[in-house]
Amino acid sequence: MPDPAIPAEGTVAAVLADARLVAAKDLRLEWRSRVVLSQLVPFAILVLVLFGFALDPDRTALQKATPGLFWLAVLFSTVLALQRAFAVEATDGVTDALRMSGLDPAGIFLGKAAGLAVHLGVLEVVLLAGVSLFYGATPHGPLLLVATCVAATVGLAAVGSVYGILSAAMRVRDSLLPLLLLPIVAPVLIAASQAFTAAYEQTSGAGWRWFGLLAVFASLYAAIGIFAFEQLLEES
Amino acid sequence: MSPDNVDPRGGRDPGTGAGLFRMHPDGTASRGSRILGIVVLLASAAFLFVALVASPPDDQSENAMGDLVRIMYLHVPAAVACYLAFFVTAVGSIGYLRKRTEGWDLLAAASAEVGVVFTALTLVTGSIWGHIAWGSWWEWDARLTSTLVMFLVYIGYLALRSAILDPVVRAKRAAIVGVVAFVNVPIVHYSVDWWRSLHQGPTISRFDPTIDGLKLFALMFGMLLGIAVYVWLMIHRFRMQYAAAHLEARGLDLALAERRAEASGASATAQAAATAAGSEPVGASTVEKEVLR
Repeated sequence: MPDPAIPAEGTVAAVLADARLVAAKDLRLEWRSRVVLSQLVPFAILVLVLFGFALDPDRTALQKATPGLFWLAVLFSTVLALQRAFAVEATDGVTDALRMSGLDPAGIFLGKAAGLAVHLGVLEVVLLAGVSLFYGATPHGPLLLVATCVAATVGLAAVGSVYGILSAAMRVRDSLLPLLLLPIVAPVLIAASQAFTAAYEQTSGAGWRWFGLLAVFASLYAAIGIFAFEQLLEES
Repeated sequence: MSPDNVDPRGGRDPGTGAGLFRMHPDGTASRGSRILGIVVLLASAAFLFVALVASPPDDQSENAMGDLVRIMYLHVPAAVACYLAFFVTAVGSIGYLRKRTEGWDLLAAASAEVGVVFTALTLVTGSIWGHIAWGSWWEWDARLTSTLVMFLVYIGYLALRSAILDPVVRAKRAAIVGVVAFVNVPIVHYSVDWWRSLHQGPTISRFDPTIDGLKLFALMFGMLLGIAVYVWLMIHRFRMQYAAAHLEARGLDLALAERRAEASGASATAQAAATAAGSEPVGASTVEKEVLR
């Protein structure tokens, strides 16, 4: 709980400082355990290879489907990354410790989301290299490509963090989390795939509209997370 | 307290179904909901007559649908009712987050359950219409697709509810999901709409017949009836959930009392159970014994 005596700017700064602490903790945890690097990245590459098996080694089909396949691989990896990110909070009463740590809930949310976003960002870089290697897809609008990745990743990390903490301490979380999360992020899949299609086919004008949708999605769920995280953290 | 309440079995013969009926002396109905139910039943009969017999087939508009237009009198009211139901779920969720009282949570839950049923009805009738109008059971039509996504979102909401046992934790998490799910409805709708407009092939005929006279009356009547059916079902589900929640809580109290009695000596068991039962409001104790038996 922030002290009510602290001025508004101080509160925002305090929230950001808390977020930095939580994000740094998660990244340090990853640096030491290397779960994302040693399991999630190979998994994402494996998904790309399996898509290749499913769709024929015919490169034209794969190239045409590249945007959708890329973002499907990201979505599946997001579910796994989320389970990992919140499993570390669920064990040994860490959630209680986090609750009593005096960190601002909004800060914890932003920190978890930022940590997750960095993990997803690394994954997307690997996947981008993967699709150009395996599917021979070369992007034409690099700016749109990067902007789409950033907006979609922030959206996924924000809504993912809300659902991650929601299902963290539950026994059925492994099956419940995908059911809750994937329909909610359907707009991200649509918008990011369309923006990528525009970027790969050099018609980036149409793609910026989809980027706009991604940005709206990201800011909306970031706002929901900032305001709802206190409630979610309260009792778990 | 009647002497019945002293006996953990309420003095009933466990072998017959009589006790089951006495469990709910009033069911989930009240005077008001009974009257509403009767009105809905009579109105349904009148509605079926208007929609299936009295109203004329659609033969004036450009792509006339003939008798096919009649499925709309069921499809549109179901769609209206499901959107209303999910709106009420969102209201109940916000109400719970503000007030933290059980009633808001149960309102959200009951409304979501009924809403999922109406969404399923919307999808099925839409699909049947598509089979005849488009020649296939499923087209990636914007409205049909976004309704399907909404259906899956609320299936998830109900799955979350059933996965959490603690009523307070369940209420809080479900309330957040209830709000998020509703916020998501327009986002999905617009994204699917844009998505479809990019790949629009030959124009597919939609639900846009000429609506006037008796057809308009049938549609309006259907919508009012759909809302009334929603309200009626929701009231019953609400009371059902309320009874279930209290049954659970009281069953736990009684079980605790029994375990305590076991610890303090077997001879005191009956007395302790009776004390636990005696401390509860009339009517509830017979219910929980039925479950514990």
